[in-house]
Amino acid sequence: MTDAPQAAERPAFQLKSTTVSLTALELAYFDTDSFEATLRDKIRQAPGFFRDIPIIVSLDHFEGPTGELDFFKLLGICRRHNIHVVGVRGGNDDQRRLARNAALAVLPGSGRGDREATAPEQAPEAEPALEPVGARPVSANPAAARVVTQPVRSGQQVYAPEGDLIVLASVQAGAEVLAAGNIHVYGPLRGRALAGVNGLEEARVFCQSLEAELVSIAGHYKISEDLQATGWKAPVQIQLRDDLLVVTPLDRA
Amino acid sequence: MARIIVVTSGKGGVGKTTTSASISTGLARRGHKTVVIDFDVGLRNLDLIMNCERRVVYDFVNVIQGEASLNQALIRDKRVETLYILPASQTREKEALTKEGVEKVINQLSETFDYIVCDSPAGIEHGALMALYYADEAIVVTNPEVSSVRDSDRILGILQSKSRRAEMNQDPVREHLLLTRYNPSRVEKGEMLSVADVEEILAIPLLGVIPESQVVLNASNQGTPVILEEQTDAGQAYDDAVARLLGEEREHRFMDSQKKGFFARMFKG
Ligand SMILES: Nc1ncnc2c1ncn2[C@@H]1O[C@H](COP(=O)(O)OP(=O)(O)OP(=O)(O)O)[C@@H](O)[C@H]1O
Ligand SMILES: [Mg+2]
Repeated sequence: MTDAPQAAERPAFQLKSTTVSLTALELAYFDTDSFEATLRDKIRQAPGFFRDIPIIVSLDHFEGPTGELDFFKLLGICRRHNIHVVGVRGGNDDQRRLARNAALAVLPGSGRGDREATAPEQAPEAEPALEPVGARPVSANPAAARVVTQPVRSGQQVYAPEGDLIVLASVQAGAEVLAAGNIHVYGPLRGRALAGVNGLEEARVFCQSLEAELVSIAGHYKISEDLQATGWKAPVQIQLRDDLLVVTPLDRA
Repeated sequence: MARIIVVTSGKGGVGKTTTSASISTGLARRGHKTVVIDFDVGLRNLDLIMNCERRVVYDFVNVIQGEASLNQALIRDKRVETLYILPASQTREKEALTKEGVEKVINQLSETFDYIVCDSPAGIEHGALMALYYADEAIVVTNPEVSSVRDSDRILGILQSKSRRAEMNQDPVREHLLLTRYNPSRVEKGEMLSVADVEEILAIPLLGVIPESQVVLNASNQGTPVILEEQTDAGQAYDDAVARLLGEEREHRFMDSQKKGFFARMFKG
């Protein structure tokens, strides 16, 4: 084989720095059954959302004993549901060692403790673009809105992974729109709208006519039959108050 | 360059083949050289409605696989001389329609024809995707019922994301809504969606409304595209649709209940 000279002329790859926003699975404790049950529930709320996207497991709010944290089991369950876990964020040294043993990437945490621990090693004026993936909270990450001008039709899914989603047409029954931030629909919302999918509880859904099959904000959702009481077929905004979705007609907002 | 028109619906049995036969006949009757292709491999239907099933020797799949030339497979209509039919195979697998094969045939037809009408099979699987892939325009055939409207919506999404025009970032496929098997008295009773309901949901331009009519069944059984039954409401409604497709403005008709007219006629004599 005489590949070497060729490789010298044209390297097989280059390293580039890039910023991606990732969805974090914020783990409170680990128990195989309840983990799988919760996962199944999330997938049911947003079928297709998890498919083929990278997920990180955040240990910032992990309260269970470290001995419980079986990454091999966790990965096995995720794989069964076609979810790709690429790494963990946060956690203490023992937990990170467990993650490394399971061949997971280890990212610095977003919580206090971890930042303090790694701060001395970091350059004081780190370039924002080089900041580790997912290290900043989502709300501090203003991203351009994704604007869609065509109707989102049955069977289609539109996802704004970083910021707001603005649809200048209808979202049809059987269609699904998702955003890390707010969702605006300047037409009838007849399908499913999931705002704040990375956990942003301040996210809201605005629409010209509420006829939705499902509305979700940061994982809290209501289905069609629970949405009929206020503002049905009228212009409304929907927001999260005390873990409850509240619908307000726009002329009273 | 030919204009490529797909007749599609998602849902089965809504009137795609009936529509393909009448629209292609209507275009050809106005002097446009037109070919209608049956994409429903395994379920030949178009040649029955066009009354040429006994003249089929070679088919679309034979041409794609190089077993026959296009000229050998094309059947010339006996009534309208600028009209040709490319029949489907009854025996082959749907997968015989490859993207490259279909493209080859369509390119070749494009050289000599003004209009290529593609009669899509039902569903959103391979055959339906092949039928719509090369389309410039789409006639979305819809019945006034929720499941048909939902499937039409789905097909519209596919047209805007999976057609060649979408993949190449060209101007989008031009969409036309054709509401068929429309029964105004059942709409009045609230048993079916109204024209306004369907237009409101799908939000695409209305090409025409074809009334539900026994005439359509009779014409199919005789192997006559119903557009040739010029004295009938369904025939006239298809003729209006062809005129609109060619840019003519025609007022929509056959949308109101004919009950009064019917009774009036009954008691006249
Ligand atoms: N306007 C109409 N009034 C009454 N009957 C109709 C009308 N249009 C179609 N039909 C009847 O409905 C049946 C299905 O029509 P057709 O074969 O054109 O549908 P299709 O959409 O091509 O079906 P498939 O999905 O199986 O290909 C036929 O029996 C046809 O005669
Ligand atoms: Mg058919």
